[in-house]
Amino acid sequence: MAIFNLTINGKKQQVDVDPATPMLWVLREHLDLVGTKYGCGIAQCGACTIHLGDIAMRSCLLPVSQVGNQPITTIEGLSEKGDHPVQKAWLEQDVAQCGYCQTGQIMNAAALLKQNPNPTDEEIELAMNGNICRCGTYLRIKAAVKSAAKASSH
Amino acid sequence: MSQVKTTINRRSFLKVSALAGGGMMISFSWLAGCTPTPEEVLTMPKEWFELNSYVKIGENGTVTLMSPNPEFGSNVKTSMPMMLAEELDIDWKKVIVEQADFYPERFNRQFTGGSQGIRQGWKPLRTAGATARQMLVNAAAATWNVPANEITTEAGTLHHKASGKKAGYGEMASKAAKLSVPKEVTLKEVKDFKIVGNSKKNVEGLNIVTGKPLFGIDYKQEGMLIAMIVHPPAFGLKLKSVDDAAAKSMPGIKDIFTIKTLPDDYERSAFDTAAFTELVVVVGNTTWEVMNAKKALKVEWEEISDSTMVVNGWGGKETVKIPKGLESTSVHKAKMAEWASKPGKILRKDGDPEAMFKKAAKVLERTYTAPYLAHNTMEPVNSFAHVMADKAEIYGPTQAPEFVRNTLTARLGLPKEKIHIKLARMGGGFGLRAYGHHMVEAAVISQKLNAPVKLVYSREDDMTYGIYRPTYSATYRAALDENNNLLAFHVKAGGIPETPAHANRFPAGAIDHYLAEGWEIESNITIGAFRAPRSNFIAGAEQSFLDELAETMGKDPIEFRLELLNRAKTNPVGKDNDYEPARYAGVLELVREKSKWTEAQSNVHRGVSAYFCHNSYVAEVLDIVIQNNKPVVQKVYAAVDCGVVVNPDAAANMGEGAIVDGIGNALYGELSFENGVPDKNNFDKYRMIRHSEAPKSIEVHFVKNDIDPTGLGEPLFPPIFAAVANALYKATGKRSYTQPYIKDLNMSSFKM
Repeated sequence: MAIFNLTINGKKQQVDVDPATPMLWVLREHLDLVGTKYGCGIAQCGACTIHLGDIAMRSCLLPVSQVGNQPITTIEGLSEKGDHPVQKAWLEQDVAQCGYCQTGQIMNAAALLKQNPNPTDEEIELAMNGNICRCGTYLRIKAAVKSAAKASSH
Repeated sequence: MSQVKTTINRRSFLKVSALAGGGMMISFSWLAGCTPTPEEVLTMPKEWFELNSYVKIGENGTVTLMSPNPEFGSNVKTSMPMMLAEELDIDWKKVIVEQADFYPERFNRQFTGGSQGIRQGWKPLRTAGATARQMLVNAAAATWNVPANEITTEAGTLHHKASGKKAGYGEMASKAAKLSVPKEVTLKEVKDFKIVGNSKKNVEGLNIVTGKPLFGIDYKQEGMLIAMIVHPPAFGLKLKSVDDAAAKSMPGIKDIFTIKTLPDDYERSAFDTAAFTELVVVVGNTTWEVMNAKKALKVEWEEISDSTMVVNGWGGKETVKIPKGLESTSVHKAKMAEWASKPGKILRKDGDPEAMFKKAAKVLERTYTAPYLAHNTMEPVNSFAHVMADKAEIYGPTQAPEFVRNTLTARLGLPKEKIHIKLARMGGGFGLRAYGHHMVEAAVISQKLNAPVKLVYSREDDMTYGIYRPTYSATYRAALDENNNLLAFHVKAGGIPETPAHANRFPAGAIDHYLAEGWEIESNITIGAFRAPRSNFIAGAEQSFLDELAETMGKDPIEFRLELLNRAKTNPVGKDNDYEPARYAGVLELVREKSKWTEAQSNVHRGVSAYFCHNSYVAEVLDIVIQNNKPVVQKVYAAVDCGVVVNPDAAANMGEGAIVDGIGNALYGELSFENGVPDKNNFDKYRMIRHSEAPKSIEVHFVKNDIDPTGLGEPLFPPIFAAVANALYKATGKRSYTQPYIKDLNMSSFKM
């Protein structure tokens, strides 16, 4: 066990955990931030996507000891009231079916738009390909990413 | 308008209303806007007045509607309350939707599966809404001293035109709650609907996009421990011994023990399916610590013996044989080929098919096969349980709380009413969560520990301890005369361990000489419901064969189906034909029109397919284009007849999802076995359809009619398998008979 000082959603947090513990479990079980989901544990499904700095990262393979000083944003910190352009677009398109993968999809999409504010369809598909949606809402996700891009550019 | 009898027993719910007061989650209907205007924010009333199990009205006019069924993504949590709200005649903006706990005394049929939620909830929910409305009307009539039939309602307001009196529902709620329940109420006509048929956003939308703890796996309670299981690595194995010395001393580990979930002689329901009833359990403080300790266990396994179990299923009690042995897909394939070549059990016979096949000028014969599939819900299997001396609390993902409660009662030794099951939002279901073994496991673990516990499966546990879609085979034969007229049709379909045959479905009824046979091979690999059970295979096989048959006969594939349907409509063969030919033809005609089928487009390779299941009719056209030597699914058109569509945009969403799901499983889905061991245990090996592989666009068109609603979650899924196969044939020139089709493509010049 070791003590780690983390900055999560702009807030200082201290946890005393095994240094190998993935951030996914630190968030979910030590900090009660359960919007970040467990799906596969091997960075294949994207349900656990968070932002490390501005970069989308699979938290299931990110040991807490590797985080250092980099700030972490989770779905709970993406916006204060659920009104990030990507979240708004998700509601507008009524994307979700079961909803389990959607926080990971949203975090991945938000990071994509930060890097590339006007992605083409192909760029969206490529950037989002690591996020599985078992319900098959891919078309609505793509529509939401495009509508968020449009909203942000205005 | 139709008069219906109410069956709401007031006394029974008044007695228990205090118990059922607080659901776990509350949602608000104004979620369409992320930052609601002040008018959009609902103010909580000081007091709620319960008019029946489904409807509570506050003195300020705010309404709580209970959503009875478990939610796994088909959006019943929005559409079922819409049905209540329609007949209650309220403003949707004033509605709060609350997920009901499992409470069979209060709610009708709390089961999510078989695409039956809306169909079977249609009358009861509308009646509940209409009953509450009538009680408000009666309260106003008594207050104003006017005849009840002169009072009209609109959007939560009562109005008596002659006297000019008006009141909001909230003002009359306390009075209405004290009135007796009307014996009969009037339901609206479809043409008068204001809410049903008008798209409403998912009531849980904001909670989903902000990551609120909606799912069973998110649940936490003070003092709760985390448990994980270790199950046999292969079907056909059972536990022999455990050496937990190293694991027990690892950080955060509380206990390691074995459990027996069900006695061997337990008379199971059809939803008690579980291959492994003896499990090793590791309990600790956190999931990560428990996962690590699992790796340090040394477990020995041994082979099972032949056994039998009694299953009390839909068709009554049945003794099921569980053969010993470590099964492999190569052996399965050889056995299935052998059984496909032998006579099967006759399921239906019209005319004299044997004679027709003897005199045929040409016989077209094709065999189709498909592998096992894993459900792979994104939320892995999990459940919370807190079993105390005199009661139990269970919270987790389940499609079928009623079945698991029976099992919990028997296993825990607690009466039914002492087992409280709360319905978590499910991170996908697809049939998997109709089976309740995870809840039994969690409860048995909690009882042993005498502590609240959350059982979590790793993805690997989830994928390798499955209740899979079975592996199937279907052989189709068609007898043709020298002029390519269809003389006879024969289907022989089987699987491990069940046949996918639906003997009375199309094209039965359309062909004079028809034979359907089935066969089944025993296995120790557990199988169960998977989105549109049996249909999810047989539709693809049948509709692929009809495509090839139409081509052999020189006919357009849609025209050929319509000719058969016309025969079934005008002069049906045999009896018990399980479809309405006119509605079936209707969706084919609609998809032909919407897809502009008759206008051939260069470089677009199209496949058509249609199917009837879960009381609904679907026809689909799928377009493939070749880009960089790669088949790409460009567009899918679907035509659907499921009667009245309650929430059109959400219905389209589910249709799109079923199409994407079907394309993914048709192209990539496969689970094989080697000596009882599943060959895939996570998403690095199990290929799931991803963003770039989804169609570029999907159009879902609904037939407009006033027929009571039927199934929607499943019917769009089965036919798409053949739409993919038939379009791929047009694109590549080769027909695919074996799923997943990716294997054929990888052997051709096309790659996917």
